[in-house]
Amino acid sequence: MSTVQEVVTEAPAIEAVPKKAMTLGYGTSLAVLALLILVPLFVKNFIIFQLTMLLIYALAVMALNILTGGSGQFSLGQSAFYAVGAYTSAILMEHGNINYALTLPVSGIVCFGFGYLFGKPALRLSGVYLALATFALATAMPQLLKLGVFEPWTGGVQGLVVTKPDAPSFVSSIWSVFSGRAMSQDMWLYYFTLAVSIGIYVASVNLLRSRSGRAFMAIRDNEIAASAMGVDVALYKTLAFGVSAGITGVAGALGAIAVQFVAPDSYTITLAISLFLGMVVGGVGWLPGSIVGSAFIIFVPNIAEGISKGLSGAVFGILLFVVIFLVPHGARQVAVIAQQLIGKLRKS
Amino acid sequence: MMQAQLAQVPAGSAAPLLAVRDVSVVFGGIVALNGVSFDMHQGQILGLIGPNGAGKTTLFNCLSRLYQPSAGDILMDGESILKRPPHRIAEIGIGRTFQNVALFANLSVLDNVRVGTHARTNSDIVSDSLRLPWVRRGEANLNKHVHEILGYLDLEDVAHVTVSGLPFGTQKRVELARALAADPKILLLDEPAGGLNHEEVYVLGDLIRKIRDERKMTVLLVEHHMGLVMSIADHVVALNFGKKLAEGTPAQVQSDPAVIKAYLGSKDQ
Repeated sequence: MSTVQEVVTEAPAIEAVPKKAMTLGYGTSLAVLALLILVPLFVKNFIIFQLTMLLIYALAVMALNILTGGSGQFSLGQSAFYAVGAYTSAILMEHGNINYALTLPVSGIVCFGFGYLFGKPALRLSGVYLALATFALATAMPQLLKLGVFEPWTGGVQGLVVTKPDAPSFVSSIWSVFSGRAMSQDMWLYYFTLAVSIGIYVASVNLLRSRSGRAFMAIRDNEIAASAMGVDVALYKTLAFGVSAGITGVAGALGAIAVQFVAPDSYTITLAISLFLGMVVGGVGWLPGSIVGSAFIIFVPNIAEGISKGLSGAVFGILLFVVIFLVPHGARQVAVIAQQLIGKLRKS
Repeated sequence: MMQAQLAQVPAGSAAPLLAVRDVSVVFGGIVALNGVSFDMHQGQILGLIGPNGAGKTTLFNCLSRLYQPSAGDILMDGESILKRPPHRIAEIGIGRTFQNVALFANLSVLDNVRVGTHARTNSDIVSDSLRLPWVRRGEANLNKHVHEILGYLDLEDVAHVTVSGLPFGTQKRVELARALAADPKILLLDEPAGGLNHEEVYVLGDLIRKIRDERKMTVLLVEHHMGLVMSIADHVVALNFGKKLAEGTPAQVQSDPAVIKAYLGSKDQ
């Protein structure tokens, strides 16, 4: 508790967290999980779809969080990894007739490789220069996807339409016993995404708590000292890029399945910046904050539009400004404040 | 005091643990080190002294492979370390601390010391993500080892505190713990007394000796604080302008006219 406080009030450039504070306690985790499981049972399909997107962006934000909060490297190019994951999955499903679930690990591995290879030359760069290099990747990606050479697979400017999967028959029949209705595609996809997200979240938490995760954080805090301790700085920096890209790729693949469509212009730099925004709002280095950051980038633009149609961008900007001004450390800071309040209430 | 012990380890009889052979380092036109040679023997505390700019830190950075000597060689157990990249120095048993404390500021004391064991442990990201049984066992063993060191250096109480919030003296001890975590054969200490007060310096001196005796380490001490070096070192090498000025027991070096002229004489110590 006190350690969390110190970090929050300290405000270093890349605010980092001691590992304990990187995750939620068991109680809170279970409460969040229960909420994620129960809410879709009571809402309309469109909201379920939005919740699916919430999980998907949360994965992508968390992937960036591992890279930036964990290993201290910036990236404005996450949209490129997201795009590669989405296209890999879409192409495998539509051209290869491969089951959607099986395309996810393929997308993850392809993007891991892509990120790892991108991380190699990026090793020579750090800070803002690295951000610029990844920015270039993000700007180049939509154009690469439009290239005529790839058109037979990517569908060029038109993109590819992806079939939305039905719930497997055994799930569907169990579901109808309880509810008397068939399970909607949206609902199935939501629970499928939830299962994948939980798996990836747990693995990420494990990773950051392990020897490899400590190596990431050691590099973030002091490269020379990390190297003197035997940490292969180049290896772990590229691994962090690979892991981040791999998770983003899985998110992209899930996104393609949920939206049922991939097109080059869905994956522009705007997406990369949104993910970056989501990470900052959620709290850099705090993995559970990813879902809050994701909610911010999905819902706040809508809220802004509700306030003023013509000036939605300006309203969004003001809302963002308010958040950054009031809680510069994002959702984690809110969590810490809440924790303190609960502590005080218990005492009194 | 320590000279009595030194007599039992006659220099030159056994093969040296670490041998610095004619090491020269040139930066642009400046010769930072010029053909420096000396040996370190198992169990020794070797003090490396010299005025500012004498080349102490340059030599230190050659040992930890941050600088590449332009000539000469450094042998550990008879094998050159100069072909190794910096991150593969820890695995052959060379641990170090830094002049101005280079801890992982946002990690807890415990994690800082855990990172210290990196070179002695193995893992891969897939096993780590899945927390496979062998990873769990490894972490359990690691924790036992790390807690032993924290206990040894009296850091148990602050084990879960983020290091950036600790006082400087404690941070220095954490750095020492981090270096010890890898069980190095040679411990390189870069100005460990810097920033400590008079009393703390002598506590530190006792601690260094205790570590050498109990943990069977060989210590290279780069230090400004003459009192500390003279009271705990078995062997002293004095540098000036990148050259070796004198070498021998603290008493010998202290009475060497060249050293007095270059260093002691000018610094009324």
